Amino acid sequence: MIGERLYRDVRLGVKTLLLHKMRSILTMMGMVFGVGAVIAMLAVGEGASKKALDEIRRLGSQNIIINSQQAVENSGQNSQRIRMNIYGLLYDDLERIQQSFDTVVRAVPAKLIRSEGRVNSRSHELRLVGTTPQWFDLVQREILAGRQLLDRDVEQNANVVVLTEHGARKLLAGQTPVGSQVLIKQGYFKVVGVIKSESTQSGTMQTPDQNIDAYIPLNVAIERFGDITTIRGNGSRSRELVELHQLIVEVDDREHVESTAASIERMLSMFHPKGDYRMSVPLALLRQAESTQRTFNIVLGSIAGISLLIGGIGIMNIMLASVTERTREIGIRRAIGAQRKQIIGQFLIETVVLSMTGGLIGIGIGLLIPWIITMVADMPTVVTPWSVMLSVVISVGIGIIFGMYPAMRAANLDPIEALRHE
Amino acid sequence: MSLDLSQQSNNDTVISLEQVWKTYRMGDQDVHALAGVDLEIKRGSFWAISGSSGSGKSTMLNLLGCLDRPTSGVYRLEGQDIAKTSDDELSDLRLSYLGFIFQNFNLIQQLTVQENIELPLFYQGVDASEAAKKSKALAERVGLADRMGHRPTELSGGQQQRVAIARALMNDPSVLLADEPTGNLDTATGDSIMEILTELHDQGKTIIMVTHEPEIAAHAQHELVMRDGKIASITQNTPVIGATS
Repeated sequence: MIGERLYRDVRLGVKTLLLHKMRSILTMMGMVFGVGAVIAMLAVGEGASKKALDEIRRLGSQNIIINSQQAVENSGQNSQRIRMNIYGLLYDDLERIQQSFDTVVRAVPAKLIRSEGRVNSRSHELRLVGTTPQWFDLVQREILAGRQLLDRDVEQNANVVVLTEHGARKLLAGQTPVGSQVLIKQGYFKVVGVIKSESTQSGTMQTPDQNIDAYIPLNVAIERFGDITTIRGNGSRSRELVELHQLIVEVDDREHVESTAASIERMLSMFHPKGDYRMSVPLALLRQAESTQRTFNIVLGSIAGISLLIGGIGIMNIMLASVTERTREIGIRRAIGAQRKQIIGQFLIETVVLSMTGGLIGIGIGLLIPWIITMVADMPTVVTPWSVMLSVVISVGIGIIFGMYPAMRAANLDPIEALRHE
Repeated sequence: MSLDLSQQSNNDTVISLEQVWKTYRMGDQDVHALAGVDLEIKRGSFWAISGSSGSGKSTMLNLLGCLDRPTSGVYRLEGQDIAKTSDDELSDLRLSYLGFIFQNFNLIQQLTVQENIELPLFYQGVDASEAAKKSKALAERVGLADRMGHRPTELSGGQQQRVAIARALMNDPSVLLADEPTGNLDTATGDSIMEILTELHDQGKTIIMVTHEPEIAAHAQHELVMRDGKIASITQNTPVIGATS
């Protein structure tokens, strides 16, 4: 019964709107573009931030990453042609961090080495990481073939290497990687596994193992390469002594990440007064990125709100004109016995039909635009379901809010005056 | 509906006015559009109200049509005093007891003939199929059964007025109010409309018609002349040809 009435009311509204097709279409345009813009903007914003947030998340929200870096006062010019830079994290730092904090689950060291790798006659400059098997627990990568480093490799000082997909392609194009021998620094290393490399381009954040070709056990790396690296620049040579290039510290709970990071910072600054390290906390970056995203959403929301407001005012304007134009009709309906609320209902239904139809078309456009952007500009876009639902709710809401005043005007017309109109 | 229908059944009076005043304020002057009108209208009677412009006949029709309330005095429609009713209740009174026929037909342009006729039942919330049955019967009665799907603009003036009559009859009203029903029609068409009204009167409908044309007013049983907001005269007509009472 109520359904049937509503159906009749809506049908009447649609019929009335179709009497002035051009006017109805133009009136809807405000909503179409308002809603379309909201969804499209949110999709682009969401896509951009999702990319950033994903990168940060990949670093591990429970991790603290400490990198060695040359202290500022150390990097100045030096007259000596050959000099030695000593900086960075120490093996002792690893011990200290592992032992001093209850909240630290584990700390994984990494030593970065550049060396030549040779297979048969092909040789390539390789970026190696000397690390412990725990690395793979923290930086989870898919194993493509073979296995990761194991405790056994460390105990046996085994000359084994785990290649990344990237490194495997470089060294062993076409060959079965696992079981091959790679010559690194006068020693043969047996390839025991291949893991998937992170495919991020040089984005805003660097994952710990970006651009890495191979992993070898840390103790093997220390034994073979020592701590001193010689860097050949143009005409000059410099040497560096770095014990560890990176420490990844895993904390037991997200809640403890920031406090633990602060404690480690305090401790490190005691042992490293020159500040030859840099600490980054992905969780803090994540929080920051999230708050940036919130600000961004508020800005977008305001712009969208204004455009929807304009759309709503457009609808109200037309409905007011329509009420004036249809004064006689309102008078007739009232004379026949329509109550005020039924007149309100009739006009409200018309505005809601207008704004909702506009909103639905707008959703279509809002879905189309991000798709085109992704296709043409290769930018990631994410249309969230809530933005679509919000748009539907908002367009109906606008219809009701901006339709209310014209509908009230129509309902409050004096039937006698209305019948005498024209 | 919260209306009291108990007085209706054994009462011959449809409408009664007692010392009804309608006063408008224009500037700092009170204008009495109706100045103490007493009137009783029996069920089944046919009245014509005439008078010069400004005599109060339009005000009278608006009041009788429950489009307006008296400033003072009592107006009872089917026993219900309308002075005490809310706007919604006035709407309900119109919907239940009154049928309007206007000079300019007042059909709704975007609706078909059928939808126009069914409008009162639409607001009464009657079933669509039931309404369709009734509108078809009434359209046949006014000779427009083959025009149900047309728009008012596709019809002649006389046809439009017949649609309006069918619409006015749709809710089985106690009183049919006609405001210059032939005013926009040529004589022949006007006569045909008057024929329908006379027929309706013969079938027992109560009709109140405002007109300034004496020959139209002659169709009614009672001719009421208004002057300066008062009833100047009421004359009883001898039954016209074709009318049997």
